[in-house]
Amino acid sequence: MIRIPQAIHDDMIAHAREGFPLEVCGILGGEGESVSAIYRMTNTDASNEHFMMEPREQFAVVKDLRAKGLTMLAIYHSHPETPARPSEEDIKLALTPDVSYLIISLAAADAVVKSYKISAGNVQQEQIETIV
Amino acid sequence: MKITINGKEMLLVENSARTIDSLLEELDVSQRLYVTVELNGDILDRPTHETTPVAEGDVIEFLYFMGGGSSHVD
Repeated sequence: MIRIPQAIHDDMIAHAREGFPLEVCGILGGEGESVSAIYRMTNTDASNEHFMMEPREQFAVVKDLRAKGLTMLAIYHSHPETPARPSEEDIKLALTPDVSYLIISLAAADAVVKSYKISAGNVQQEQIETIV
Repeated sequence: MKITINGKEMLLVENSARTIDSLLEELDVSQRLYVTVELNGDILDRPTHETTPVAEGDVIEFLYFMGGGSSHVD
């Protein structure tokens, strides 16, 4: 399970809508299962079907999290026109250990956010608890 | 030899043949082709991982490529 403040949950969806029709991506940080920080990242692919983070931004986020005593808890990206399920590419490139992978789908009128644990090709959906 | 890896100091046995790539191997980092390394503030080109030596006092950060895509989702 991953706990996400409503404001951060809303911000991920807002990010996805602002970036539409391109995919957007970002990082969530926090402690344990509880998210407390969101970092909107640049999708260097600027694509409707792919995302790739910029390494300098990634290092900056990791250092900022460390300075705040937080850890990276999740990597999120949007699927502008497809369901909130990991693609083959998502599964293959889910390389960062011990994080959740969140997908925001804008395929329907109402955005759908789902979270997964992905390791060595195995995908397991996990519960998202939004907290106030 | 003392170096800092991902914010943590680490003591290593002296090894003049140690490179960035062999260090990652020592650390059991898998899928190293997808790893980006920052050495003393500079991001290394991946082909240089196998030739760049690790030196006393180096500050090394590494992380995995973060990417994916929505193609091939039914």
